[in-house]
Amino acid sequence: MSKILLQIDGKEIEAEEGMTILEAAQAGSIEIPTLCYHEKLEPYGACRICTVEVEKKGRSKLVVSCVYPVENGLTVTTRSEKIDRVRKTILELLLSHAPDSEKLLELASEYGASKDRFEKEASFCIHCGLCVRYCAEIKGKFAVGFINRGSRREINFIPELAATQCWNCKECFPLCPTSALQAAYVFTLAQVSETTAFKTDSK
Amino acid sequence: MSRINSPDELEKARNEILSQKDPNKPCISICAGTGCLACGAAEVIAAFKEEIKKQGLEADINTKGTGCPGFCERGPILVIYPEEICYLQVKPEDVPEIITQTIKEKKVLERLLYLDPSTNENATRESEIPFYNNQERIIISNNIKIDSKSIEDYLAIGGYSALAKVLFQMTPEQVLEEVKKTNLRGRGGGGFPAALKWEGSRNAPDPEKYVIVNADEGDPGAFMDRALLEGNPHSILEGLMIGAYTIGAREGYIYVRQEYPLAVENVTLAIRQAEEYGFLGNNILGSGFDFTVEVHQGAGAFVCGESSALMTALEGKTGEPRPKYIRSNIRGLWEKPTVLNNVETWANVPLIINNGSDWFNTYGTDRSKGTKIFSLVGKINNTGLVEIPMGMTLQDIIYKVGGGIPGSKKFKAVQTGGPSGGCLPGSMLDLEVSFDELTGAGSMMGSGGMIVMDEDTCMVDVARYFLDFLTDESCGKCVPCREGVKQMLKILTNITKGLGKEGDIELLKELGEVVQEISLCALGQTAPNPFLSTLKYFRNEYEAHIEGKRCPALYCKELISYYIDPEKCQACMACLKKCPSDAIIGGKKTIHIVDQDKCTKCNTCLEVCPPRFSAVRKISGEPIPPPIPEEERSITRGNKEK
Repeated sequence: MSKILLQIDGKEIEAEEGMTILEAAQAGSIEIPTLCYHEKLEPYGACRICTVEVEKKGRSKLVVSCVYPVENGLTVTTRSEKIDRVRKTILELLLSHAPDSEKLLELASEYGASKDRFEKEASFCIHCGLCVRYCAEIKGKFAVGFINRGSRREINFIPELAATQCWNCKECFPLCPTSALQAAYVFTLAQVSETTAFKTDSK
Repeated sequence: MSRINSPDELEKARNEILSQKDPNKPCISICAGTGCLACGAAEVIAAFKEEIKKQGLEADINTKGTGCPGFCERGPILVIYPEEICYLQVKPEDVPEIITQTIKEKKVLERLLYLDPSTNENATRESEIPFYNNQERIIISNNIKIDSKSIEDYLAIGGYSALAKVLFQMTPEQVLEEVKKTNLRGRGGGGFPAALKWEGSRNAPDPEKYVIVNADEGDPGAFMDRALLEGNPHSILEGLMIGAYTIGAREGYIYVRQEYPLAVENVTLAIRQAEEYGFLGNNILGSGFDFTVEVHQGAGAFVCGESSALMTALEGKTGEPRPKYIRSNIRGLWEKPTVLNNVETWANVPLIINNGSDWFNTYGTDRSKGTKIFSLVGKINNTGLVEIPMGMTLQDIIYKVGGGIPGSKKFKAVQTGGPSGGCLPGSMLDLEVSFDELTGAGSMMGSGGMIVMDEDTCMVDVARYFLDFLTDESCGKCVPCREGVKQMLKILTNITKGLGKEGDIELLKELGEVVQEISLCALGQTAPNPFLSTLKYFRNEYEAHIEGKRCPALYCKELISYYIDPEKCQACMACLKKCPSDAIIGGKKTIHIVDQDKCTKCNTCLEVCPPRFSAVRKISGEPIPPPIPEEERSITRGNKEK
């Protein structure tokens, strides 16, 4: 692996080829906020909160640090007025779904985001996909997944799989930045509680 | 037909096909594209077959179902060769007369010809119809010449000669150089130079590479790719083969939306024919080049037209875009170098190879060479597919080719670039249509949708409409697109309902910027365009909706009322009888009044009020005049009608 030299917030960072900006920053103890990132999972690039500014050949642009690969000579800024504005808007959009999420509120106070900017739509889920991806990538179970698309998208446990696989696992629960996952699970349990499969399994 | 094993055998086969064709034998070419089929072309074709049989003329007349020539407004369309007589809106009952009069007696049936409304003269040939003769049809003109299901017809017009040329007379580098000289830019929307994309893949170290035809045409109202794939599928295959040879790919895919059954059928058939002839498979034409193509049908998601989402779907996963910080020509399908181009881009390739870059470069502008096919739709007289040289002005496209706006309505805006394109006003009609000019004006080329709007169109509602489409079609993966566009839609919907507030425009702009800047794929990055471009050119309409609760186009239902002018009403009962919600009060000889509480604003009263009275009108942003007192409502015929 060849070494890559880049600059993050004025600090020289040595990274390895194939690393992302986020990984390089973490290795250099520079903090970038994340929501859909998890070190054990494939980078997803969905929440966009880890947006940073990179400068290359004199041109700067906003990129998502959890998926942007490091390059030699890259200059990265992790806080600026532009970046903060983006993060603030993202948090406000997400807070309309999960206004009580501690993780979101913590970030909101950092970036001056109001939880009341947009009309509440308390679905609780912010679609970070941590549960879905953990179940698929780490556990290989695929018991929880996304259904629908766009604004109708939601997480859903597959009842037949959830009934037999989840009771003794629940490893995704602590990953959830809101309470949506547990709610979805409880809801699924209620739906399948009548089925024989679930009764036999839980006994 | 047996397999063709060399360029010589190809030319022999071509000559044999040509020798069997008598150029003087009458041939009736009927458009069998989806548009004309919907207008009854299948019945017309059946009627011809029956009539020809009845008259015992099977040996004397050929008929063929062809691809779409573009003038969809006037389907079913047919062209009779060798005279090239063009008949429009043909019905099965016209068929016997066409056979006896035009084919046998060589008499032209005037009533089936195009009538030029400006000169009141008939046009006999395609080339005499202004819709066609103001175009530059280097790609789509072949559609009407060939039976879309016949490889022999494609060979007869020189098909696969470009493939033979590259395989035997050109190195991949030379092909790349030739395409580079034309600066052929992607016709799917981005306008990225095709040759640069190809070069990146060609130079990528991984030996396993792919080529893809993006035929997941999803823009509302756009159907140029469908017409090409249905009408001339071999030309797309030939282009794809040339691309594959250039970059060193051995496998290709055609990703076509399932909603295009005829395109799927025709291109699948074309692949089978090409395999039989030896244009696909191992050792193509004896050159040593191997290449196969598969058809993959899309499952209906608009976002799969985005290249990375298309590739994800092709891999069998949910069709969601992935980050493109490493371009797909380096790491694409199954992480291998992949060249994906749109149908129309591929269709240009054999033309460039056969005619050379110098010829191609005679069309277009400095930075946008060649032609572009647009779907010209909306409030326009000549709806259809138009192929124009890059650089033609919007004015010429709309008025010369499109024949202007129907009725006596005024032009208001033209929307280009599909749902995430922009709306350009009358002051921009002199704009030369090309990639950079459209982008510079706040719209984009997109895949070639062109929707013309007249004065009755509310621009705020247009923005709302497209954002509604995009909210529905967002894959939902990234926050700015899923949540940001949805919030923009909510605000816009409120504005059209008269619930707009001060600060809404600023909030929309702020959201729009964030969505543009950090969305994952082009769908999100361009989603705010309908709002931003309408705000740029029609800000007064936003302000009228928000501040004056007024819809200047008198379109937004919540902001308009219907009112019957008591001075003009002749109590004719027309509206009273037709109103579906019994919202008209009055009677014989009693002036009619709209009961605003019951009115559902369906527009029926305005439509049925006789033009000589014109008593019904829409009002917006001003109070509705109070109904006149009951004692003043009765009228006597004598004094009011004069």
